[in-house]
Amino acid sequence: MWMEIGNINDIPKLGARVVESAAGDIAVFRTADDEIFALYDSCPHNGAALSQGIVHGKAVACPLHNWNIDLVSGDVLGPDNGCSRTVPVSVNDEGTIRLQMPEVKATGTNG
Amino acid sequence: MTSSQQKEKLVVIGNGMAGMRTVEEILSRDADKYEITVFGAEPRENYNRIMLSPVLSGEKSFDDIIINTREWYVENDITLFVGDAVTAINADDKTVSSARGITLPYDKLLIATGSDPFIIPVPGTDLEGVVTFRDLDDVNRMLEAAKSGGSAVVIGGGLLGLEAAVGLKANGMDVTVVHLMDTLMERQLDEAAGYLLASELESRGLEVFTGANTQSILGDGKVSGLQLDDGRTIAADLVVMAVGIKPNVTLAKQAGLEIGRGVMVNDQMQTSNPDIYAVGECVEHRGATYGLVAPLFEMGKVLADHLTSGEDVAYEGSVTSTKLKVTGVDVFSAGDFSGGDGAQDIVFRDASRGVYKRIVVRDDKIEGAVLYGDAADGAWYFQLMKDGADISELRDTIVFGQAYAGGVHADPSAAVAALADDAEICGCNGVCKGDIVTAITEHGLTSLEEVKAHTKASASCGGCSGLVEQLLAVTLGDAYQAQTVKPMCGCTAHSHDDVRHLITAKGMTSIPEVMQELEWSTPDGCSSCRPALNYYLLCAYPGEYQDDNQSRFINERVHGNIQKDGTFSVVPRMWGGMTSANELRAIADVVDKYEIPAVKVTGGQRIDLFGVEKKDLPGVWADLNAAGMVSGHAYGKALRTVKTCAGSTWCRFGTQDAINMGIALEEMSWGSWMPHKFKMAVSGCPRNCAEATIKDFGVISVDSGYELHVGGNGGITVRVTDYLCTVETEEEVLEYSAAFIQLYREEARYLERTAPWVERVGLDHVKTYIVDDANSRKALAARFHEAQMVLQEDPWAERAQGTKDAHEFTPLKIVA
Repeated sequence: MWMEIGNINDIPKLGARVVESAAGDIAVFRTADDEIFALYDSCPHNGAALSQGIVHGKAVACPLHNWNIDLVSGDVLGPDNGCSRTVPVSVNDEGTIRLQMPEVKATGTNG
Repeated sequence: MTSSQQKEKLVVIGNGMAGMRTVEEILSRDADKYEITVFGAEPRENYNRIMLSPVLSGEKSFDDIIINTREWYVENDITLFVGDAVTAINADDKTVSSARGITLPYDKLLIATGSDPFIIPVPGTDLEGVVTFRDLDDVNRMLEAAKSGGSAVVIGGGLLGLEAAVGLKANGMDVTVVHLMDTLMERQLDEAAGYLLASELESRGLEVFTGANTQSILGDGKVSGLQLDDGRTIAADLVVMAVGIKPNVTLAKQAGLEIGRGVMVNDQMQTSNPDIYAVGECVEHRGATYGLVAPLFEMGKVLADHLTSGEDVAYEGSVTSTKLKVTGVDVFSAGDFSGGDGAQDIVFRDASRGVYKRIVVRDDKIEGAVLYGDAADGAWYFQLMKDGADISELRDTIVFGQAYAGGVHADPSAAVAALADDAEICGCNGVCKGDIVTAITEHGLTSLEEVKAHTKASASCGGCSGLVEQLLAVTLGDAYQAQTVKPMCGCTAHSHDDVRHLITAKGMTSIPEVMQELEWSTPDGCSSCRPALNYYLLCAYPGEYQDDNQSRFINERVHGNIQKDGTFSVVPRMWGGMTSANELRAIADVVDKYEIPAVKVTGGQRIDLFGVEKKDLPGVWADLNAAGMVSGHAYGKALRTVKTCAGSTWCRFGTQDAINMGIALEEMSWGSWMPHKFKMAVSGCPRNCAEATIKDFGVISVDSGYELHVGGNGGITVRVTDYLCTVETEEEVLEYSAAFIQLYREEARYLERTAPWVERVGLDHVKTYIVDDANSRKALAARFHEAQMVLQEDPWAERAQGTKDAHEFTPLKIVA
């Protein structure tokens, strides 16, 4: 189910905001080029909130141990392994952001 | 020891690079042979003339390019007359006379008068605003002219002209380069490389006119423009004449020496008078004159051998190579690349990277090379060329560089390891690999600076620093790793210190500007370099720089410490460790109201509230603010706590009022951003109950005043402070600590605490600025107070009122 969750201007460039949902928190990221990505707000390492990290390029650095997560695929970059689950996003010309909200009981684990 | 009466008198005319290098070479062979006197026309010490371009562009200061300080002359017993030009050589009675009326006898005379800029014979060259590019005075004239902006025309598109043009552009002038030939740097570059260079300069905003012949310089008293012979005129407030140089032979000619294009010398650098020698740009040797630094140094070595041992070593002329010293433009050329019959061209182009390489081969030997955009292999080609090496085996891959030669993998260290001992590493100073490796092993050298000091490799243009570092790595193995100058992060090749220096030198004022100018390899950096750049800019431009919140770690972005479960901890400031019933009551109320699960007393004499939900932070802060408490910055690279003991107020041993001293220190320095966290302590007597000797800045009260200690910390590697000095009054404690903090803020690398910083720069360095020089201390303290004017605002208050960063503390949306 696609759902409107806000406008691109609600999120700072190179920043992130959180959508709280029954399926868990979703982090919505905005890059320097105004691309929007969404991931479950949980680092594959030990579950820290990726929304609190530093966004650079198309990646976010986890605030706790500096793992870098690719915003496009959710994959961990560099020497570590793991994957954060992505959430489909659309942005229209007015900057309205919609997420394809996951079914609450779809899966129990990330990925 | 020879007494001075027995020493021969050597008089050197010219305090420049050639003359002084010869003197250095003589001293290193036999320091006692000559009583040496040096005359320099320029009123300053001997400096590295080829680094004037970086001084013009602001990348270096004059102090950076001084080769020999005045103390050096004193230490080596050399008499130096600066700002005094020799006006006559009296070869018959073997004396020289100077402009200030000094007449001195010599046994041997060395002429090292260098060259003069060539002035094209057109009307208007005597107008105000027409300058050459030869010495520091010229650079200062250009910098002065650039202050008022306007436009500059550089006549001459060779090495010097282009470096001047780029330097003036960096100083904010509109710059046009007027070049007589069709190709820039046509003596060093072929047409293709010249085109790439012109495009690059144009993309940097310079105008380039090639095939342009200057007819006259226009202006009435002061220069206003340039007239070309095709009728075009170009407006100009400054005209720089950089068309070439001519050997300065005036004195030699007047002394009756044989003159060609320069002072004629034989292979021992001897002029037609056997007691008079000449080196450098003023000479003509075997029909050649030189305008580059490497040949001058080769001449100096030969002459030093000759003058000390009398051996008949011979200078046989130099094969030269050139590099353009413009940041971000990589150009190398060597030899003859005119091609022609029997010559084969090997060409490589990569338009998207802007790389062009051309190797000219004749009879399986390299005859010339032009590299543009990637000049890393220049030294290798140059060596093959000088050796006359047979390259038929390498021919298929030679254009890809040494890393690919013979199918070896692209490992720069392996390439350096594979070099022969006589391979030249430093072209400027003629230092071979073998010299450097020997110096490293014999003297136990471990850093680039030490190699530079012992061998002079990389001491002139610095272009071979990378190679020297690789040699250190190859020679020392793992032992070198720790010493390497590391890039800030994977996004750049620049070190922290380089970046910091360039930020102020180039006046860069934002993170995107730094990344653009210094050619970051990533679009917006990474979580390592962005916080560092944000700090460096904040420190460089207090009050002007707009703090970039998105380049701060979460803790500094939301002014709390993130915990492993995603909640935050909150630590209000308790000045000097003092609190009150009111504050404690407010804290207790906040704990109840927000159901804060844990309350702990910290090691820094304050109270930490653990497990606060992010959304509750503004509410918690509002309640704490209401009771008069502000942020304790327990989350920041900033002033943390000032720990105190009971002091003379309560303690029977106390000698001074430690509590109020601590409060004064904390009130002065709270809110300040630093390279890393910073802790202070004040103990009221030498029993040191506040543990001041493991703090970044510690004060221990004694009967006569206060002992100041710096550079300590607890942590993984405990370091006890170094004793700085003892002061008498509370005001002095505040001034010294402000100065120390500011020196640390300005010099330490991001995330470097005071302990490793003090170890790196040395306590003496700190003392020089803080203890020995009152003016420097006061200036540092003043800069700290200036920065504090804008930094001392409670970050909690604005956020508690919801006027700042509200988006941080509320979800974008809550979906049921």
